[in-house]
Amino acid sequence: MENEAGALSRVAGLFSARGYNIESLTVAPTEDPSLSRMTVVTSGSEEIIEQITKQLNKLIDVVKLVNLSEDEHIEREMALIKVKAVGEAREEYKRLADIFNGRIIDVTEASYTIELTDSGDRIVEFIAAINADQIIEIVRSGVSGIARGEKSLHS
Amino acid sequence: MELTGAEILVRSLKEEGVKHLFGYPGGAVLHIYDALYQQEDVKHVLVRHEQAATHAADGYARSTGKAGVALVTSGPGATNAVTGIATAYMDSIPMVVITGQVFTNMIGNDAFQEVDSIGITRPCVKHNFLVKDVADLAETIKKAFYIATTGRPGPVVIDLPKDVTAAKAEFNYPKEISMRSYNPVVEGHIGQIKRAVTMMLSARRPIFYTGGGVVLGRGAAELTELAQQLNYPVTNTLMGLGAYPATDKQFLGMLGMHGTYEANMTMHHCDVLIAIGARFDDRVTGNIEKFCPHAKIIHVDIDPSSISKNVKVDVPIVGSVTNVLQEMIAMLKEGDKKPDEQAIGDWWKQITEWRGADCLKYDTESGKVKPQQVIEALYRETNGDAYVTSDVGQHQMWAAQYYKFDKPYRWINSGGLGTMGFGLPAAMGVQFAHPDATVACVTGEGSIQMCIQELSTCLQYSLPIKIVALNNRYLGMVRQWQEFFYDGRYAMSYMDALPDFVKLAESYGHVGMRIENPADVDGAMEEAMKLKDRLVFMDFVTDSEENVYPMIPAGAGLNEMILV
Ligand SMILES: Cc1cc2nc3c(=O)[nH]c(=O)nc-3n(C[C@H](O)[C@H](O)[C@H](O)COP(=O)(O)OP(=O)(O)OC[C@H]3O[C@@H](n4cnc5c(N)ncnc54)[C@H](O)[C@@H]3O)c2cc1C
Ligand SMILES: Cc1ncc(C[n+]2csc(CCOP(=O)(O)OP(=O)(O)O)c2C)c(N)n1
Ligand SMILES: [Mg+2]
Repeated sequence: MENEAGALSRVAGLFSARGYNIESLTVAPTEDPSLSRMTVVTSGSEEIIEQITKQLNKLIDVVKLVNLSEDEHIEREMALIKVKAVGEAREEYKRLADIFNGRIIDVTEASYTIELTDSGDRIVEFIAAINADQIIEIVRSGVSGIARGEKSLHS
Repeated sequence: MELTGAEILVRSLKEEGVKHLFGYPGGAVLHIYDALYQQEDVKHVLVRHEQAATHAADGYARSTGKAGVALVTSGPGATNAVTGIATAYMDSIPMVVITGQVFTNMIGNDAFQEVDSIGITRPCVKHNFLVKDVADLAETIKKAFYIATTGRPGPVVIDLPKDVTAAKAEFNYPKEISMRSYNPVVEGHIGQIKRAVTMMLSARRPIFYTGGGVVLGRGAAELTELAQQLNYPVTNTLMGLGAYPATDKQFLGMLGMHGTYEANMTMHHCDVLIAIGARFDDRVTGNIEKFCPHAKIIHVDIDPSSISKNVKVDVPIVGSVTNVLQEMIAMLKEGDKKPDEQAIGDWWKQITEWRGADCLKYDTESGKVKPQQVIEALYRETNGDAYVTSDVGQHQMWAAQYYKFDKPYRWINSGGLGTMGFGLPAAMGVQFAHPDATVACVTGEGSIQMCIQELSTCLQYSLPIKIVALNNRYLGMVRQWQEFFYDGRYAMSYMDALPDFVKLAESYGHVGMRIENPADVDGAMEEAMKLKDRLVFMDFVTDSEENVYPMIPAGAGLNEMILV
């Protein structure tokens, strides 16, 4: 999209005005500072996805749109998970973080903050592996996506 | 030479060929008014309410195909304009609306007369711009007109902070503009057009269902040629009226909720539906589950999101009507395949039978002024050649049903949003665009009161609009629904305490007439039309309980109409 003030609210506004789901939305500038790139995760029937695609394309600020899920692609999301960590749990969380390729990035006597970057599904699995009452706080970045191979939004 | 933002705006409008600007002043736009004062190329028309500024610009656009332009101040000026912007948006009308804004450094501070005009209008514009740097102004205006008038047209808002109108910059109006993120498709896919032509030729029970897109895309001549080449029946949506000559024998009238029996039956039974510049609105399809059950559907539209939105189609063609229709005409001429004459002949026999239902007949012996009779009189007195604007309600449907539009751009009404109050200000815009033409505004006693203040504007600019008020003392369309679906409980649909419209018109310096007897209808209409340079308010006291027929009730299919 054009890296313009208001572009984000046009997309968000479109989803709410037309009653489409937004599961997550990420946006940041790209290698070309006049453009920003947004990854939106949404759901709906085939017809609804078709309408969402067409409606987004209609926004004047949208330069190019691809439906990543139509092709091979990579999804990544970052999560910061703060857990209560005392006694035995400290070892347990360390192991769990290792298994999921997470990192403990902040430690206090009673807590860990674990950083995990993976697909949205894996993050959900990780969170599910932790006892809900041990979770202090979770921040998720929302998914960013990119096509596999040499393909890009420019091609 | 450096110019102020205000001067750049006015010069840019001139560059765009803007002759009339409809607006209302206020603090945030005073620099602009000062710049307007010092030139004569762009004529500013002072309305009496910002809603009217946008409707007038809209009427101007609908009757010319060019972008209409409105100018309003910040805050309440902008919010008053929103109804008119949304009205234009729903009917895809090209319009550029300039809203004043508070100083850039005050934005967000709850400054005096500040509203987030960009935020408020975002869902009802094709695009909007906040101009923060005077150096960007000329290019932004160029973009605004380009976006408003190309592709699927629509309104564009430019929000202009007061300090930007005072700041100076070099003025260079761009000759051309291209935008990497906006490239509307005009040419249809040839392979798809071929498939469509083959499907059209194989049809045994075809119909053209055509809409506002044919008017907006200037495709009326092509549509007429194509339909006549094939001898296929044509029906128009409310927005498409005039895109095909209504007096032609192939025309079946309007379709949909208040469409004719023959149009709706032909739709329901067709085997190939050729939809052109129409968007399968719910007022047209009735119950989607029951819509055209036997039809293969071809759909030509410039906006991909109109295609397969409500009804899945078989041959989608994204492109402009003129372009695609010209291709179709050429392919038909080149090819040697012809429509199946026998089948089409049988189809016409069937359609003639449906026509026999004479669904628009009405009681002429009641002794009361019938609204249908008034529209027929208007049609006769204006030789079917007037620009007719309308408000919203029963009178709108009667105007659509009984005035036979042979040309595009003549029928000006709010279809998508259904905005009461549209008719009179829209007529002003039309009259400015066509100073010598007859402009009639068909309205109801409810609707006219929503922008009645514009009678004052009409006096100031000597606009000789002919107001045809079908005064049934009811919010008739509401009353009709209450009669049919709420056991006649007429909640709030009786218009009590009406003004004396004759005196009201006179107090604004116009001519007023009241017509209560059916025998006087023709004479009054003739007399009013003779008053070439006066606005005449004709208050027709009509049968208060007349209903609009045919009608398709909610949930029904096109073949399940209520007839008289
Ligand atoms: C009280 C009331 C009753 C109504 N009853 C009826 C009724 O009985 N029947 C009826 O038909 N309507 C009725 N309407 C109107 C209805 O609500 C819709 O406004 C109307 O049906 C839409 O018309 P359309 O499909 O022609 O679309 P429009 O709104 O005119 O849209 C035009 C379409 O053409 C496309 N287009 C634009 N430019 C081009 C181009 N250059 N090339 C190709 N495509 C283009 C656009 O993308 C769009 O899809 C009623 C409205 C009111 C207020
Ligand atoms: C601004 C606005 N408010 C409400 C409505 C709902 N509405 C549609 S038709 C109608 C009645 C219009 O009455 P009138 O102008 O007298 O026309 P009639 O139906 O009697 O011909 C109303 C209230 C509307 N379309 N627009
Ligand atoms: Mg009424």
